[in-house]
Amino acid sequence: MVSPASSPAAARPMIQVVDLHKTFGDHKVLTGINLTVPAGSTCVILGGSGSGKTVLMKHMIGLLKPDRGQVIIDGEDIVPMGVEALQQVRNKFGMVFQAAALFDSMTVFENVAFPLREHTKDPEDVIRQKVRARLELMGLKKDVEGRFPADLSGGMRKRVGLARAIVMDPKVVLYDEPTTGLDPITTDSVDEMILAAQRELGVTSVVISHDISSAFNVADQIAFLSKGVIVANGTPEQLRESEHPAVKVFLETWFGKN
Amino acid sequence: MTTQTPSKPAREPGLLTQAIAAFGQGLIDVVSTLGGIVSMGVDVFRWSVRRPYRLANLFAQLDFVGVGSIFIVALTGTFTGMVFALQTSTAFQLFDAESLVGPTVALTLTRELAAVFSALMVTMRAGSAMCTELGTMRVTEQVDALETMAVNPVQYLLVPRVLAGLFMVPALTMLFNTMGMAGAYVVAVGGLGISPGTFLARTQQWMVPGDVFQGLIKGAVFGLAVALICCFKGFNASGGAKGVGQATTEAMVASALSIFILDFLLGVLFF
Repeated sequence: MVSPASSPAAARPMIQVVDLHKTFGDHKVLTGINLTVPAGSTCVILGGSGSGKTVLMKHMIGLLKPDRGQVIIDGEDIVPMGVEALQQVRNKFGMVFQAAALFDSMTVFENVAFPLREHTKDPEDVIRQKVRARLELMGLKKDVEGRFPADLSGGMRKRVGLARAIVMDPKVVLYDEPTTGLDPITTDSVDEMILAAQRELGVTSVVISHDISSAFNVADQIAFLSKGVIVANGTPEQLRESEHPAVKVFLETWFGKN
Repeated sequence: MTTQTPSKPAREPGLLTQAIAAFGQGLIDVVSTLGGIVSMGVDVFRWSVRRPYRLANLFAQLDFVGVGSIFIVALTGTFTGMVFALQTSTAFQLFDAESLVGPTVALTLTRELAAVFSALMVTMRAGSAMCTELGTMRVTEQVDALETMAVNPVQYLLVPRVLAGLFMVPALTMLFNTMGMAGAYVVAVGGLGISPGTFLARTQQWMVPGDVFQGLIKGAVFGLAVALICCFKGFNASGGAKGVGQATTEAMVASALSIFILDFLLGVLFF
């Protein structure tokens, strides 16, 4: 296995996953995951379909409970936590879903304002300012505020999803397959959006993806997941040197055999 | 070298075994669904008494379930009262007892039909929408999105819907009673020539407030059951558009059945 990234590893760990196991029925999905994501870095969890990426991410935010193991967020193990304690931890997170998961019954503005209205006592004009600032950071103009999610393109929905995820200034942003189903130009703009969120807000980002190009664009650290275990973990350069057969076959599909 | 004895081929289970297995599986499914609904009901109750009280969501659901069903319930009630008056008068004419049309319609409506029909109307109109909306939110990860934003989906989505069912079905039952009696009055007095005094006096003579309360209690129980079933099925939907469709079908069938089964059980209890 490739050693973990050297420079970000020196920073304080924001997420630590220790010996994580999860089984659904007879199907072992995660079989001993160990991963550390330093604060302020971007970690991409790369792997093929069905490798357990989404299940791993859902453990990080407490949507699933593991059979065994620890998930330590900012120094606290969230596995034994109850509903109330988990809600406090989730305030540190923002999550961007594969299909954006915007609330269809709300406008773009209402979607982005939703976490602020739920968790702060900010007056409406402050909420308006914060929402506009986040939408602008994502390159969205004022005229989209009143539109409903159904009227937006896939790329715009992703941007609104990220604006909503970062409106509460979270410490960690999780991205679930952010570039799946997008054309190459929109994919580039989503990559830029991920980098902008990290640059401007200093958040820790975890991206799960099977998009090699996008992973190499945004990652400080890439962990390769295969059959429920992380078989390689390191900087993008270190991952390209990996001799693990699953990693080599996967990367050859993009970089070629040489 | 080791030798291996060929393993015996697995025997096909007989028809009887298959039937027993299918019956057992069906029973397990019913019991686990019932357990899930009860467990969700407890969760809904627990979250309904905790802050923040989501009054805006509650009023939106009261409006959708209750106010939105006024027209259809009023229409159904009117026609039910009218046809019931028509049919009973035909029977009562045979032995000169037309004066009993009023109380017969009144007792049947208040004790049975108003609650059952109102609950069925709410199931079809609002229950199906609840199940589909929640199911779509589940399969498009909007429920997960709520959780990741530290908003409890039971409190945000389910509590207002279940409370709306509990409060609005009895209110609609009362509307059904009123419109049904109005319809019966028009047919009996206007169409069949029964004297207004006889119709009203006999109705007052035979009816007691307990008859109305019995119907309202039934309405509340049906409303709670229907809302819980529709929410449970929608909230646990999976498998995309097909899964949501299947969940809605199951919710409609289970809701309708539960109304009739509960009606019988409550009838026995009140008799």
